[in-house]
Amino acid sequence: MTKQVQQLDRVIIRFAGDSGDGMQLTGDRFTAETAQFGNDLSTLPNFPAEIRAPAGTLPGVSSFQLHFADHDILTPGDAPNVLVAMNPAALKANLGDLPRGADIIANTDEFTKRNLQKVGYTESPVDDGSLGEWRVHAVPLTSLTVKALEGFGVSKKDAERAKNMFALGLLSWLYHRPTEATVKFLELKFAKKPDIAKANIAAFQAGWNYGETTESFSVSYEIKPAKLTPGLYRNISGNQALAYGLIAASVQSKLPLFLGSYPITPASDILHELSKHKRFGIRTFQAEDEIAGVGAALGAAFGGALGVTTTSGPGVALKAETVGLAVTTELPLLVIDVQRAGPSTGMPTKTEQTDLLMAMYGRNGESPVPIVAPATPSDCFDAALEAARIAVKYRTPVMLLSDGYLANGSEPWRLPEIDELPDLSIEFTVAPNADDGETYLPFKRDPQTLARPWAVPGTPGLEHRIGGIEKADGTGNISYDPNNHDLMVRLRQAKIDGIAQDIPPLAVDDLEGDARVLVLGWGSTYGPIAAAVRRVRKAGGKVAQAHIRHLNPLPPNTGEVLRSYDKVLLPEINLGQLALLLRARFLVDIISYNRVRGLPFKAEELAGVIQEVIDSE
Amino acid sequence: MSDIATNGRIGGTGLTLIPRATEKQTIKDFKSDQEVRWCPGCGDYAILSAVQGFLPELGLKRENIVFVSGIGCSSRFPYYLNTYGFHSIHGRAPAIATGLAASRPDLSVWVITGDGDALSIGGNHLIHALRRNVNLNILLFNNRIYGLTKGQYSPTSEVGKITKSTPMGSLDKPFNPISLALGAEASFVARTLDSDRKHLQSVLREATAHRGTSLVEIYQNCNIFNDNAFEPLKDPGLRDDITLRLEHGLPIVSASKAVRRAANGGIEVVDRAGVAEGEILVHDAHNPDPSVAFALSRLDEPAFEHVPIGIFRSVDRPAYDTLMTEQLEEAVAERGPGQLGDLLRGGDTWLVS
Repeated sequence: MTKQVQQLDRVIIRFAGDSGDGMQLTGDRFTAETAQFGNDLSTLPNFPAEIRAPAGTLPGVSSFQLHFADHDILTPGDAPNVLVAMNPAALKANLGDLPRGADIIANTDEFTKRNLQKVGYTESPVDDGSLGEWRVHAVPLTSLTVKALEGFGVSKKDAERAKNMFALGLLSWLYHRPTEATVKFLELKFAKKPDIAKANIAAFQAGWNYGETTESFSVSYEIKPAKLTPGLYRNISGNQALAYGLIAASVQSKLPLFLGSYPITPASDILHELSKHKRFGIRTFQAEDEIAGVGAALGAAFGGALGVTTTSGPGVALKAETVGLAVTTELPLLVIDVQRAGPSTGMPTKTEQTDLLMAMYGRNGESPVPIVAPATPSDCFDAALEAARIAVKYRTPVMLLSDGYLANGSEPWRLPEIDELPDLSIEFTVAPNADDGETYLPFKRDPQTLARPWAVPGTPGLEHRIGGIEKADGTGNISYDPNNHDLMVRLRQAKIDGIAQDIPPLAVDDLEGDARVLVLGWGSTYGPIAAAVRRVRKAGGKVAQAHIRHLNPLPPNTGEVLRSYDKVLLPEINLGQLALLLRARFLVDIISYNRVRGLPFKAEELAGVIQEVIDSE
Repeated sequence: MSDIATNGRIGGTGLTLIPRATEKQTIKDFKSDQEVRWCPGCGDYAILSAVQGFLPELGLKRENIVFVSGIGCSSRFPYYLNTYGFHSIHGRAPAIATGLAASRPDLSVWVITGDGDALSIGGNHLIHALRRNVNLNILLFNNRIYGLTKGQYSPTSEVGKITKSTPMGSLDKPFNPISLALGAEASFVARTLDSDRKHLQSVLREATAHRGTSLVEIYQNCNIFNDNAFEPLKDPGLRDDITLRLEHGLPIVSASKAVRRAANGGIEVVDRAGVAEGEILVHDAHNPDPSVAFALSRLDEPAFEHVPIGIFRSVDRPAYDTLMTEQLEEAVAERGPGQLGDLLRGGDTWLVS
């Protein structure tokens, strides 16, 4: 039987199952196959904080959404075209997001009376006709897998566990994905358990063959490779890109990287990644707590290292005093905040943009800190380099605000040429800098940047003491002089403000220059906002877009940009933190759009909001 | 005993990675130009002078010495030494010094801290520094009181201490810093006295020679808020009877008392006159088992009846910074130094043309 092949320009698939069902792995593998095939893609993993929530329950549902297309796309997609539901809980938890006509592949083996009861179904929705709006493919994934693995010498439990690979094989057939890399991946992953490797590969192939032979699927789909900017690509998540950016910053600054960190969701993967790259001279230090993590990083910075600490919101709160010490001792330090839903523990695996004001103001005293926010997963690489550039050049702690969505989401990344990366090298001070030619003045500033010299221990003749007590201008000696304090407070602020002259102006995407509405954003909302702007424009609406990367100091033309539009719309995954800053600074009204659901915005939702603002003109 | 010849030292590699000065140094080389601002009569003066006087003996390049401190009276210490110095924040000096020492094994890194700084707000960092065994010298100035905040009781104050914050007496049992350090897997633990310059310097000699974290508790008098807290140890009429000298390989005795094994399995202090020489416990600072050292640390509970002074424990254990460096070297030896281009291209890649 030859099956029909249909062409599509894009597809959104969501894999959903129990936290123990291996949905993240399945999604990762499908993503890798899709990247290999050359589609543009964007992913959204969504999982509970509990490692293994009670099986079969709604809180235990873990999902992975992938959007892939034959053209460039900006978000993981609003609504899935296909839902793979490994159990009733996965179906129930995700059905609300599913548009009419979407495909549901349900693992009917798990639709047992007990599992149905756990989530409040009295009858199986697969059988009772309640899913009439959708195209349901009832597939007994578990038993098909177990049957396929008969004679492989693996236990029934291990055979059942391979059902996610059966599902992956089926989906790989359905969308014509290349399979070699997955086979290799499984061989490598289970290198020490060859029986398990063989079984998983067999399950994967059985899934593919099932698609080809079963009558449940009469059509398969082709999505042609996307025409992306020429170059060498790889798929990368935000946390991995950030780790690579930090390594690149170390190489480009010729400063050894020292990471002081304490495990915290969703930032831990940066620690894991960096700890693998000791060949770059990287020292990773898993500290006893958040405070020790940043303290050790600052100590290393005093010794001439590129000191970095990685954390999430609760950790930033704990590190505040040490960041203040870095502000006043004027030492370079990178503080990476992978924001998550708060306050307090909040929702550790869910995303949010609620740490902006803490990054700006969450310290005692006048304590300005530059802030950089990446816009997409791959942009985390460039943002890390930029944060390091500012930290090292201006001898200041820098906050980098990523978030859970960027950290775990992934997209294709065109690899940069190494020789195009910025040169971040600086010179340590090695000789006395006072006019007498003999004295070292640790707080004598560079007239241009206002940065102080950086003389590291081991440099003869420049022995000096720094600390948290106010320092006399120039000498750095302890000073309680009122006028000196006023001067130092202003100098530290002026140094940070001056960075505005050293960053790109705020770029506005206003195709014909006749839009009256500007939609502004920062951080991870870039994708959904840009996708929404496309929709609005496609429908004939006129809207300009600008995205702020440097949140402190702001680009020098920010006020000018804001004032040149009738209306400025600012969607944020908080209750209006950047809007507050912009209103206060520029006395420009901002229309805030705020949702704090732990999830990224949807393009359709934002398109509607933009259109409303345009229509209200 | 062979290691007595090296003055009780084992290993003695604490300074081997630190560059040596080519010229002879004097106490003047280590005095900074800053005016010392402790209260007149403070025990800190004696410690400062003893340290300044001791550093020339080490013969290290001055620029390779760093003093890191937290907050409190004692934490002003780095300002008065003409070395590199970092006066940080309350309780965090061990963490900051850990980052510095772990990334710069060519530095002699010292932590100056007090009983509040080290044992209250910074207790977590202290115990983890000790178990980790980074090459640090931690000098814990214990005056059993909060000085800089003007006289509240501290985590080493005796129960019932009447202070501004405890007008009816403090309620909480104090830490014994030596017991705490031993419990935290410290590899070098010693106690000395601010006024005994010679002993203080002899302990510093061993502490600096020790590779790993050394904790030196220094009984320090605060003449403003807790005057004469350690007076029995200084009183010429009492001190020789109270002080139990801990010297590796020698019997543990004071002028009139001796330590011996007790029938209950522990140790006890008895009149020296009534005990045979062979019964007296001989101090073994290098015993891998810390239980006797711990028992010794408990002898001065609850009051100063007999106080062990000296090195409780000095054992060889790999230093964290050494192990960290070795992992870096091993990674390079296995696969060569990292190449950024190879790293970025390291995953599954595809070419778009």
